[in-house]
Amino acid sequence: MTEKNHNLNHESERMPESEQIKALLKAAVPRIEDEAEPRRDLWPDVLRRIEREPAKVPWFDWALAAGLVMLVAAFPSAIPVLLYYL
Amino acid sequence: MPEGSKKVLDRFRQGDTDAFETVFREHKTSVFRWILRIVRDAGTAEDLTVETFWRIYRAHARFDAARGFEPWARRIATRVALDWLRARRPENTMTPEVEANLTSNERSDPAIQAEIRIKTAEAFTRLPPRLRVAAALAVVEEQPHKVIAEALGVSVTAVKLRVFRALRLLRKDLEQQGIRP
Repeated sequence: MTEKNHNLNHESERMPESEQIKALLKAAVPRIEDEAEPRRDLWPDVLRRIEREPAKVPWFDWALAAGLVMLVAAFPSAIPVLLYYL
Repeated sequence: MPEGSKKVLDRFRQGDTDAFETVFREHKTSVFRWILRIVRDAGTAEDLTVETFWRIYRAHARFDAARGFEPWARRIATRVALDWLRARRPENTMTPEVEANLTSNERSDPAIQAEIRIKTAEAFTRLPPRLRVAAALAVVEEQPHKVIAEALGVSVTAVKLRVFRALRLLRKDLEQQGIRP
């Protein structure tokens, strides 16, 4: 391990600790090129993803439906009134 | 902001799909690059760009034109990329593409041997995702702290703290492997 660290130790003599680890990280994880581009047209995938999205029912609609069911179960006589307003 | 772009963004906010396509074409590359800087794999970044724009489409009514599209999109993209990192075990985030880059990285410092570079990169993938993202964007990609803070939804101080903690953990991990940076 001593041999492996030779170059590192040589460099580290001149750098503060946080700069050493930053330099090592930069050497190990290369910077992404500024010109990087997607290799394919992603728009068809976005459209497919949107079409695949299930029709979402907002939570308050579910709450309203649950409330109605409970109302009908508790007061069956309210059914004609509800039907009148539908 | 040009008048044309403002109109397109207004139409996008109202749910116009044509306007959404225009917005997508205009911003897809910057969103892709931002995600790539976090996940460091082109194929994954493409998939996550699709996921990001799907989330952007769903959230169109919440878009605030006064805050600008890019920062908003970056924030959603960062969340998507973080979700991806969290869902994977650390060893699976080192893709073959990334490993190949490491062993033949022409831009790397020749004084630092390939084996040490690989061990450092592996230690980097073992960092907790939120620290890893901060270190990747601030140290490797040299993005401004303010931009990173906006994307992560935290303060600039929190970003600096995450970078500090990431570097400290990285050092500890390497020391356990007998490498003293």
